[in-house]
Amino acid sequence: MEHTLSEPTPTLDTQMLEVNLGPQHPSTHGVFRMNVTLDGETIVKLKPVMGYLHRNHEKLAENMTWLASMPFTDRLDYICSMTNNFAYALAVEKLAGLEVPERAQYIRVIVAELTRLVNHTLLIGFLLNDLGAFFTPILYAFREREKILDLFETISGSRMMCNFFRFGGVKQDVTEDFIPRAKDIIQRYPKFLDEFEQLLTTNEILMARCQNVGILSKELAVASGISGPMLRATGVPYDIRKVDHYSIYDRFAFRVPIGAMGDVYDRYFVRILEMRESIKILEQAVREIPEGDFLSAKGAAGAKAPRTFKPPKGDVYGRIEAPKGELGFYLVSDGSPKPYRYHVRPPSFINLTVLEDMTLGHKVADAVAILGSIDIVLGEVDR
Amino acid sequence: MKSPEDIYHDLEAKFPGAGITREGNAIVVPKEKWAETAVFLKENPEYALDYLSCVTGVDYKEYLECVYHLYSLQKKTGLVTIKVRTDRQKSELPSVTPIWRSAEFQEREAYDLVGIHFQGHPDLRRILMWDGFQHHPLRKDYVQENQDRPPGEF
Repeated sequence: MEHTLSEPTPTLDTQMLEVNLGPQHPSTHGVFRMNVTLDGETIVKLKPVMGYLHRNHEKLAENMTWLASMPFTDRLDYICSMTNNFAYALAVEKLAGLEVPERAQYIRVIVAELTRLVNHTLLIGFLLNDLGAFFTPILYAFREREKILDLFETISGSRMMCNFFRFGGVKQDVTEDFIPRAKDIIQRYPKFLDEFEQLLTTNEILMARCQNVGILSKELAVASGISGPMLRATGVPYDIRKVDHYSIYDRFAFRVPIGAMGDVYDRYFVRILEMRESIKILEQAVREIPEGDFLSAKGAAGAKAPRTFKPPKGDVYGRIEAPKGELGFYLVSDGSPKPYRYHVRPPSFINLTVLEDMTLGHKVADAVAILGSIDIVLGEVDR
Repeated sequence: MKSPEDIYHDLEAKFPGAGITREGNAIVVPKEKWAETAVFLKENPEYALDYLSCVTGVDYKEYLECVYHLYSLQKKTGLVTIKVRTDRQKSELPSVTPIWRSAEFQEREAYDLVGIHFQGHPDLRRILMWDGFQHHPLRKDYVQENQDRPPGEF
């Protein structure tokens, strides 16, 4: 007797599957949820759900003095506390019309660029984690990061929650050994990057997993307010350090690397190139740093007695090129010692806008890589 | 580059009698004209304000204000600040999400925390607070559950 297998009918109804990725999922970099609708394993709909770490940072800031919010900004993007401080200090200085001494400007740029190295190195490590290279690349990333965090500890007393900036300068002068140690790190860093790149850049698995995945077009990126390395990976040469010339960035020679495709691989590679540019800035800054004050007299008075620090009535929007993108502060003062309104424009929150657009049609495993390449920190997304 | 002042004069010429005013560096646009103005600012090649950087709401007790910070990535210019005001009780504003996608999450946030209802937003839900939450915590009259002092007195 012959047995025949019945062919599956092509009209067989299948059901879409709704899956919750997160909030406790190793790929989500924190408590972040993706409501994913799947057709087989292909994503047809993705809605991000956030707010699990929400503490209403903005409301807290309205109820304390201007300076008292400074340590809270550390907790926004807790990988890069120095640049968060920088953005807030810059916005308040713009509002209050404070000058920053030369030496403080250099210290600020040095710590901000070191922070960029920390952030990009770590992000690449985490991205590789997401791709399945479990904890090998990130071990190298952590090793390098630790050296920079040690340096931050010597000047601010804390590895990650630095709280180092003050309106009109920085909290204290850097220690004597800071510049030699920074020089040492800067000198060794390219070697580490070469080693990192040798492992990763032309790695076949990395290329297969990242190229042509999560493509973001220029037009959509600009319309969606995407900023930072993610915007530049799409091929838009826009760097706030170059456009706004804030602080003393116009004194340094550096280039703005851009990508061509706007895929995950470009986002990875733009960050590698950006680190090399940061090293150039650092080399120039540590060479040229002058002697002098680290905090202006007005700033010192404000830091000693925060309740006497009352910026004039008005509002201001200040922004910087943080490692993750455009970090902005919108501040409204009513002339009192507390801000009337304090708003943070967090880059990773707004970069999440296009998460759905980038992941549609890809597999779940790709969505994990795409999310990793956006570079989110939930402390900043949820505030 | 056109300064905010030039843009203000252009807007006045474009929409005569609409009630567009200036306040410091910001341009205050009446909410009825905002949708039209937004398209004009984005499409006009002289400004090409294609990048809406920041959207946020502020509670000024008598009214709510929505602040828009615009840049041009094409021309590398900015900043143009637009303020649109709305009533506190019936707080409705046209959504600019169809014009600048970057407003999508930020308008949801302003709705969630300040309580501005954006008309025409594709998906206006709470984003940071949980779904069942009743109030808008960044309004100045918001009282926390276990607050022992009146609002504004900390």
